Amino acid sequence: MANLFKIAMRNLFRYKRRTLLTMALIVAGMVFVLVFVAVTGSFKNMMIGHITESFLGHIQIHKRGYLASIDNLPLHLNLLPKEVEMVEQVLSITEGVEAYSERIKFGGGFSNFQQTTNIRVNGVDPDREFKTCPLLISRIVKGKRDASSLENGKILVPELLAKGLGIKVDDTVVVVATNRDGSVNGKTFVVGGILESATGPGGRDGYMHIEDARELLRITTKEVSEFVIRVRDFSRVESVHTQLKSRLSEKLSKRGKPIFEVHNWEKLSPFSNISNMIDIMTFFVKLMLISVVLISIMNVMIMAVYERIREIGTISAIGTLPGKVLSLFVAEGFLLGIMGTISGTVLGMVIVFILNLSKITFSFGRQTGLILSPAIGIWEVVTISLFVIGMAVVASLQPAWKASRMEPIDALRHV
Amino acid sequence: MASLIVAENLAKTYKMGEVEVNALKGVDFTIEEGSLVSFVGPSGSGKTTLLNLIGCLDKPTGGRLLVEGTDVSGLGRKEGARFRGQNIGFIFQDFNLIPVLTAFENVEYPLIMVQSRPVSERQERVTGLLAAVGMADQKDKFPDQLSGGQKQRVAIARALVTNPKLVMADEPTANLDHDAAYGIINLMENMKDELKTTFIFSTHDTRIIGEVEIVYTLEDGRLTGQQISGGKVHG
Repeated sequence: MANLFKIAMRNLFRYKRRTLLTMALIVAGMVFVLVFVAVTGSFKNMMIGHITESFLGHIQIHKRGYLASIDNLPLHLNLLPKEVEMVEQVLSITEGVEAYSERIKFGGGFSNFQQTTNIRVNGVDPDREFKTCPLLISRIVKGKRDASSLENGKILVPELLAKGLGIKVDDTVVVVATNRDGSVNGKTFVVGGILESATGPGGRDGYMHIEDARELLRITTKEVSEFVIRVRDFSRVESVHTQLKSRLSEKLSKRGKPIFEVHNWEKLSPFSNISNMIDIMTFFVKLMLISVVLISIMNVMIMAVYERIREIGTISAIGTLPGKVLSLFVAEGFLLGIMGTISGTVLGMVIVFILNLSKITFSFGRQTGLILSPAIGIWEVVTISLFVIGMAVVASLQPAWKASRMEPIDALRHV
Repeated sequence: MASLIVAENLAKTYKMGEVEVNALKGVDFTIEEGSLVSFVGPSGSGKTTLLNLIGCLDKPTGGRLLVEGTDVSGLGRKEGARFRGQNIGFIFQDFNLIPVLTAFENVEYPLIMVQSRPVSERQERVTGLLAAVGMADQKDKFPDQLSGGQKQRVAIARALVTNPKLVMADEPTANLDHDAAYGIINLMENMKDELKTTFIFSTHDTRIIGEVEIVYTLEDGRLTGQQISGGKVHG
């Protein structure tokens, strides 16, 4: 086998310029794909992390039908105390749940005593909410970045609303909301902080303490609108989601229908579409790389076979079996693929490293100054590399097969 | 001595479109082991066709051909390659050495790719043969660093390295000068005596015919004469 590769390697460097050019094509393709995957992957992960950790959570649980009407924030679809207990019980036995937060969501009027506008509010337990969405605290651009900004009687006001109404921290405001029975109630709050907007649904909501929300809405029981769940390991979101879905689907109403609906972040955020688009783009970029590898190696190998027909005739005449002739040419394709892949991977990783050192910043929605940190998993690199090497072998198969099928007498006559 | 090759009414017809060309028209001969045999004749007489048939590179369209007791006309692609690898060595007019391999590696090639011999055996055999053909001091040179005569010596060593019963050479001296051509024929003769290998070659080089013990003359696809100096042929 070593001799086979030694001969193959010497044959490759018989035409140095052509081999190096083909290798350069593979290297360029590898570099492009690795850098693209690293950059888009970093962008995607950063955005997913930002969205899920600042307001969305990884998984949400609602009463069945709530999500379809979420724009109306329907209070009559809140989870009742008994249902809340059911969810809490399921969460306590589900592996991988790091934290969860209960929210009451509602829409109301917001006034600074001079002007009034609409507001969407989340009533939350600050400690639980900050554990579930740890980046929420970093969105407080004015005011104290701790649980005190959300203690009873305080409200976190979305930045755009605060700007529009000229509201500052410690100002007093009024929130008016319609209760489930149709009556209207109002309550004054002190502005505990101004909250930076985030891209996505719920990214421009205000926050208040859950007890204040219940008081405002005249809810006397422990009912909630949603459970927001943070999973310990992001790669296990789908597994936890499946577990929760399976356990909660067993809880049926008197009519025999499921009480709950469980959704992961992908179902809750339109960003998942962008994320999917990035995946599709990555797939097509990989496809382009495969085409480049296939065509360039096939071209080189076809030329190699054509130029060495007499040589093929000679080695066949002296008794080299067709399988060995085939393996000789496949080995050349394999070596070309492996050399291109290794060089491309090394160069790609160097470029990714340099990009990390360069601290390139970008904006996403209203968030600016996000630092691009391209990274690529070892398995992704291994998968791409193996695929390229595999394609190199596949590309050399046809010319190699042709060489192995040549009649020695015809090949020896070739001029 | 035992018969190595038996040809009975051997014929070969090529179809070139609508036209049929009878390259060999019923040839009979027997060649014994350990002979040095030459087929001579003008271009188009059927020398190369006959050598291709004996070398199992081509199949006859008529008659019977036994090489070492095997009817080679029925061998398939793989069987043919195996048979050649075990029993036949080849020397080509243009030497046909592999340009990316050194003289040593060229000779070693059939032992690796054809017979899968162990390293120690390869070393011993290749070194011995290169010394026998007078190329021991040139073993690390690549073909483009060797003269025509030197290349052909390496080619002879390569043909002999698998210890074949038969070596086929198509016009082995055609691209060599007078001295080199003599040198090659003498080398083949010596190797034949030393290793008891049968050498069969085609030539129209009149300079070397006198050096060969058995000469067959081919004309228009038929054997028209034979000159026996060693008395080993029964035609």
